[in-house]
Amino acid sequence: MKILLNIGLLSCLLSFVCLSKKVEVVNYTQLQKQAESKTNDTLYVVNFWATWCKPCVQEMPFFEEAASKFSSQKVKIIYVSLNSLKELPAVEKHIEAKNIQNHVFLLNAGNPNDWVDKIDKTWSGSIPATIMYKGGKKVFFKEGEFTQEEINSVITNKNQNK
Amino acid sequence: MKKITSILAAVAIIAVSAFTTEGGYKVGDKVADFKLKNIDDKMVSMADYKDAKGIIVVFTCNHCPFAKKYESRIMDLDKKYKSKGFPVVAISPNDPSLVAEDSFENMQKLAKEKGYSFPYLFDETQNTAKEYGATKTPHVYLLKKENGAYIVKYIGAIDDNADDGAAVKEKYVENAITNILANKPVTPDNIKAIGCGIKWKKS
Repeated sequence: MKILLNIGLLSCLLSFVCLSKKVEVVNYTQLQKQAESKTNDTLYVVNFWATWCKPCVQEMPFFEEAASKFSSQKVKIIYVSLNSLKELPAVEKHIEAKNIQNHVFLLNAGNPNDWVDKIDKTWSGSIPATIMYKGGKKVFFKEGEFTQEEINSVITNKNQNK
Repeated sequence: MKKITSILAAVAIIAVSAFTTEGGYKVGDKVADFKLKNIDDKMVSMADYKDAKGIIVVFTCNHCPFAKKYESRIMDLDKKYKSKGFPVVAISPNDPSLVAEDSFENMQKLAKEKGYSFPYLFDETQNTAKEYGATKTPHVYLLKKENGAYIVKYIGAIDDNADDGAAVKEKYVENAITNILANKPVTPDNIKAIGCGIKWKKS
């Protein structure tokens, strides 16, 4: 078993793709811990999406573009897929095909009613939805899709507010 | 004393959520009737349901993968509860110019293919979805008839497992109807779920 794991790790290290395109499966508690631990002054832009959600897939290139545009600033784009665990291969295939460079989590969600409100009370549960954190605090939430201009302007605005 | 504090806390939570959620109907609200075109080209209103004890209003659509996961479960709800006085009325609110799969013709096709035993209405103006405050598909509003008026008793998810109907633990809509039929309060009366955002017309 250990050998298998090592082989897996080795092939992972050897292949650049594996490192850059890996989808990390987390539960809500793990995701929340991640968010709470980021108390630095980086603006974290967390986008909830799924491969089956057309507007989500359409707006992803805008987030990728924003990531490059703001690459010299303290801005980090994170995607949280709400696909089910059995759709993990589809998620991996999607980020591979679309060449998504920023980190992708898959939220192994359980019952959404347990965590949708915790992310934002105004969130009805429809996706896409985007939340921004800075210094461990929520600074922005939107249920709905973005244009390139909108996402750039919100990031610019939230990144300036110290 | 402890009881009073928890009641106060509950009231506070309700008050907060009432202010933080967007427009649309809340549990306890009286709903206005609608008149929407069914797949058989006839208009359907709630007033047509003279003998109903209530209506299971489901905002759903053709294209959404989440709605697809629930198609057969929506059909089952109608089969099980129409005879008990709670028929299903499905409403598709999406703008077909944004998603061709949700056109009226495609709605007719899907309903025929699946053998829908309930109306599948086209909310062409999207006014009904807006009035309800529906945001996604599927999105359920369970209505109970009280003194001739329809009152919202439950809003949200059909059950707690979209992916696997066999692994469902909580059937929220069914539980709500069971409670109503037993003259018991509906709890929980609001359950959030993931879904496809309604495709609103571009203004």
